[in-house]
Amino acid sequence: MKGGSVARLDNMSGDNGADGPRRSRQAPLLVAPGDDLGDSGEYEAGHGVLAINGRLRALKQGRMNNRGGTVSIEPRRTAYVPRPSDLVVGYIEGCTSNIWFVDIGGPFNAILPMSLGPSKAEFGGIRKVLDIGDAILCRVQEVEENHSSVVTMKGMGLRAIRSGSVEEIDPHLLGRLIGRGGNNLRQLKEDTECRVVAGDNGRVWLDGDLAGIINARDRLNALLTEAKIDDFGGDV
Amino acid sequence: MGGYGDVQCIDENGMRLDGRTKDEVRPVSIETGVVPVADGSARIRWGLNDCIAAVYGPMEAHPRKIQRQDRAVLDVRYNMAPFSTTDRIRPGFNRRSREISKVTAEALESVVLTELYPRSKIRVEIEIICAEAGTRCAGITAASVALAHAGIPMTDMVVSVASGKVHDIVVCDLNKEEDNYGEADLPMGILPNTGELVFLQMDGDLSPEQFQQAWDYNMEAAEVIHKEMVRALKGGDE
Repeated sequence: MKGGSVARLDNMSGDNGADGPRRSRQAPLLVAPGDDLGDSGEYEAGHGVLAINGRLRALKQGRMNNRGGTVSIEPRRTAYVPRPSDLVVGYIEGCTSNIWFVDIGGPFNAILPMSLGPSKAEFGGIRKVLDIGDAILCRVQEVEENHSSVVTMKGMGLRAIRSGSVEEIDPHLLGRLIGRGGNNLRQLKEDTECRVVAGDNGRVWLDGDLAGIINARDRLNALLTEAKIDDFGGDV
Repeated sequence: MGGYGDVQCIDENGMRLDGRTKDEVRPVSIETGVVPVADGSARIRWGLNDCIAAVYGPMEAHPRKIQRQDRAVLDVRYNMAPFSTTDRIRPGFNRRSREISKVTAEALESVVLTELYPRSKIRVEIEIICAEAGTRCAGITAASVALAHAGIPMTDMVVSVASGKVHDIVVCDLNKEEDNYGEADLPMGILPNTGELVFLQMDGDLSPEQFQQAWDYNMEAAEVIHKEMVRALKGGDE
């Protein structure tokens, strides 16, 4: 990230027009919490940015983006915070006679009431339907103000996960996994002949034959490595 | 103060025992990601101090009574390893580590946007591996970097430094001898981007002029340390 003689696209052609698209081509600008990002009158504060006393301040470590007058930060690491209608992969962590407690990767366990579960169980038979440790594909039904959430398994494709493998990536990398218009994800499915379900909490369910799953998993790991390299300016 | 007679900590030319001038900071180096299973972690080496901080969460706050309905709580635990000093430290929480945990939590809570995560807690573990005076400052600094590394939203990072007085001379960033045989110690927690204070303690007496001098030393040292924190987070050499 030292300016000057770095061989970048915009440096290689001799003609650097004064108003060419230079800004967007620059190496990503990394920021740390507390960094001053400019005047809040000039730009809107997006994700990871807060306007304090007329200045924009970074709240997170990551790459700064400036698109359409909004300054935002693509963080290097994020915690998942559930929102209604998110598709998530959860693990059953516990249960009472009519409620399951589901770890969906957020700060709090979500609850899955029997009425929203896959099927009714007899009294005392709840663990025959979904047992502790089972993985499920579910949807966030509602998130209360105090951040406790309810998930549902009523809906198309929502089910207990009985085969395949669940991988985890950071939630902010989902955009890269899916790609523009879902292109990357479609490609991944075609190449590996796997069913790939990307949950909004960063858990990805891979299902198919063993070779396909391993192939898909390697691709996911490659994506993680690539993201890390991009974060550090692309020269490491 | 130390009871060993007169230990000469600074010579007539202003040279200190470890070869620093009175306004110099000990060398600082920080790295992130040293605890891979944690959500965020950092290690700071500051002079002979060595300190690791790890951050977990936000997660559900347990026990229930520590939950706050409108914000997250920081559960900070400062601990010195038994082998971190020449006298073995009895393992476990003691009066001193309890106090430091509390002031660290208060300093960090003023920068972390706790209201984004009501009812949850953020666990911050600070472990001193090797101690050479100023471990609370090293702990707070490492914890700030670890919080930033964990992606927890915060308005600024806290930089903590201590200056003090030895033989009536104000010196920056006390080392072990100066801390033991000196007369005063002034640890501060500074927000480098605004110059605000979030943490201030004083041990011993300082005259108003000396206080001002120690204050200025801390502010200058904070800038140096902040540079290293930012470098560690950005992962490159800028």
